Amino acid sequence: MQQELTRKIRNNPKFAELTQKRTKFGVQLSILMLAIYYGFILIVAFAPSVFGIPISGVITLGIPVGVFIIVAAFVLTGIYVRRANSEFDELNRQIIEEARR
Amino acid sequence: MKRVSPTLAAMAGVVAALTLGATGTAFAADAIAGAVQQQATNWTAIGMFLVFVAGTLVITYWAAFKTKTAKDFYSAGGGITGFQNGLAIAGDYMSAASFLGISALVYTSGFDGLIYSIGFLVGWPIILFLVAEQLRNLGKYTFADVASYRLQQTPIRTLAASGSLVVVALYLIAQMVGAGKLIQLLFGLPYLYALVIVGVLMIAYVTFGGMLATTWVQIIKACMLLGGATFMAFMVLRHFSFSPESMFKAATEVSPKGVAIMSPGTLVADPVSAISLGLALMFGTAGLPHILMRFFTVADAKAARKSVFFATGLIGYFYILTFIIGFGAITLVMSDPTFYTTAVGADGAAAYDKVKDLIGGTNMAAIHLADAVGGNLFLGFISAVAFATILAVVAGLTLAGASAVSHDLYASVIAKGRATDAQEIRVSKIATVVLGIVAIYLGYAFEQQNVAFMVGLAFAVAASCNFPVLLLSMFWKGLTTKGALIGGLLGLISAVALVVLGPTVWEKVLMHESGSAPFPYDNPALFSMAVAFAGIWLFSTLDRGQTARNESAAFESQYIRSETGLGASGASAH
Repeated sequence: MQQELTRKIRNNPKFAELTQKRTKFGVQLSILMLAIYYGFILIVAFAPSVFGIPISGVITLGIPVGVFIIVAAFVLTGIYVRRANSEFDELNRQIIEEARR
Repeated sequence: MKRVSPTLAAMAGVVAALTLGATGTAFAADAIAGAVQQQATNWTAIGMFLVFVAGTLVITYWAAFKTKTAKDFYSAGGGITGFQNGLAIAGDYMSAASFLGISALVYTSGFDGLIYSIGFLVGWPIILFLVAEQLRNLGKYTFADVASYRLQQTPIRTLAASGSLVVVALYLIAQMVGAGKLIQLLFGLPYLYALVIVGVLMIAYVTFGGMLATTWVQIIKACMLLGGATFMAFMVLRHFSFSPESMFKAATEVSPKGVAIMSPGTLVADPVSAISLGLALMFGTAGLPHILMRFFTVADAKAARKSVFFATGLIGYFYILTFIIGFGAITLVMSDPTFYTTAVGADGAAAYDKVKDLIGGTNMAAIHLADAVGGNLFLGFISAVAFATILAVVAGLTLAGASAVSHDLYASVIAKGRATDAQEIRVSKIATVVLGIVAIYLGYAFEQQNVAFMVGLAFAVAASCNFPVLLLSMFWKGLTTKGALIGGLLGLISAVALVVLGPTVWEKVLMHESGSAPFPYDNPALFSMAVAFAGIWLFSTLDRGQTARNESAAFESQYIRSETGLGASGASAH
């Protein structure tokens, strides 16, 4: 029974579509997050004075950038959850339904 | 707090030791060197803490009725919602150290505090994008369930349980020593009281209430901490008519470092250390057994996803609050001599060093700010919350350690899967009591030791042993038992060895001369993770036996379950 379900899912082109789309999306967002974070860290390590540039009174560029990264982390998780809850879950539901048919 | 007697500067860093040890900087390392001088008994704080204890014991009593099966005990029956789990994860992460340690770092160095907050946060999105759903779909109670899904049970469970217990033990030592020092500073009670209080309460929560009680203790604490921190940040901003600019301006005028607090300082010394630290924080989080266990407490992959979304938001919000609290402490605490051990200066006015002379050390910056913005009652509340935080984290750690013993070692390795639910729970409860006693003993044994590096080591081990095995078991078809076992062990050994040979332990704990450390970096993750991944790849590829072929063949059905959730263990009907 379980083997039969597994075989049906493996042969369903929607399964390949789901895993490809989800993996691609997850990897893209991960790379974006890593690029933002390590971009920040490398500036701190190599050119810290960039973050010391004043933008408004004593407030320096580093402060909004830092807050931006915190907000970006949250927003990126939101973007992923939104797409996963709608598109990926729907595709997943169809795959399982078609396998049980 | 204003009544308290002068304390030693050496205690600065008490709390930093709890998690900021992970940073491996001099800041974190100078910590628990000397004895902490006990303060006057703070009855308000003790009273508030007792209210918290009473509330959590009522919850434990309730949870005990609902905890019957092994599934209830390990994973709260899978009935925790995404939002509740998000709060609990955030609670595990918002330790006393994040709160007191990071606000202290902002207090002394300004902008640099933000660098650490960001490092602690960015691992969460990665966990969501790459492993959260798969983890939920494959696992049952512990992450070893996932790692050993298609591999041989005995070696892989033994490895995963060892990785878990090492991480739990290192973390426990740091938390217990931190609890002992904090109780002296915040409540004015002796060190040993803290160990016994924490040990006894955590045994009660875990043995009677299992994961359900542990989760709710963490949720309540998270709400109290978020509420208290929000109030403090609000009061600070109100003081400056809600203008961050005037707050920052006032801070640069008061701080001895002046405008330098507005830009990166010297905490991130070189790129290798920075990258290594970033890796440890990011992937260590994805290898902490007490965090991973939380993914099994929700009903399905969707709820696991939501948990991380809420956790990321709450943790991010909390770090923004600690940043405001740190700057608030600069403006409101530094300008008030009553928070300092003062001497009379040459001009007859009170003279004090705004960093070194802070009563209780810089980690008390947030505590003093609570006094400045909310008076004695609020000070008592924040002190109680700080101690409750340690208690909640310790309970989660103990449950993770007990599960590794009962579910992985006893049920799978010793009883070979023939143990009943009741036997497994019984072993788990015995393990909890033993771990509680061991924790009290370790807290006692390490009182005079410098334990600042221990959480850093815990993160490094989690990132170099648990995480690579877990990740590759989910995504790499070629992984074999031999590869996972040898590679995981190499990661574990290299992480421990490089920490011991690094500057913090070699020079500051083992007292070799300065500059003599054989390994130049405090954080080994960059190297030990590379060793683990390379080892797993090499020994899996070389493994050409029949078992190895069977393990590869079993990947497909595992992959289908991990991606679709087909056959995943669901929520029990409560």
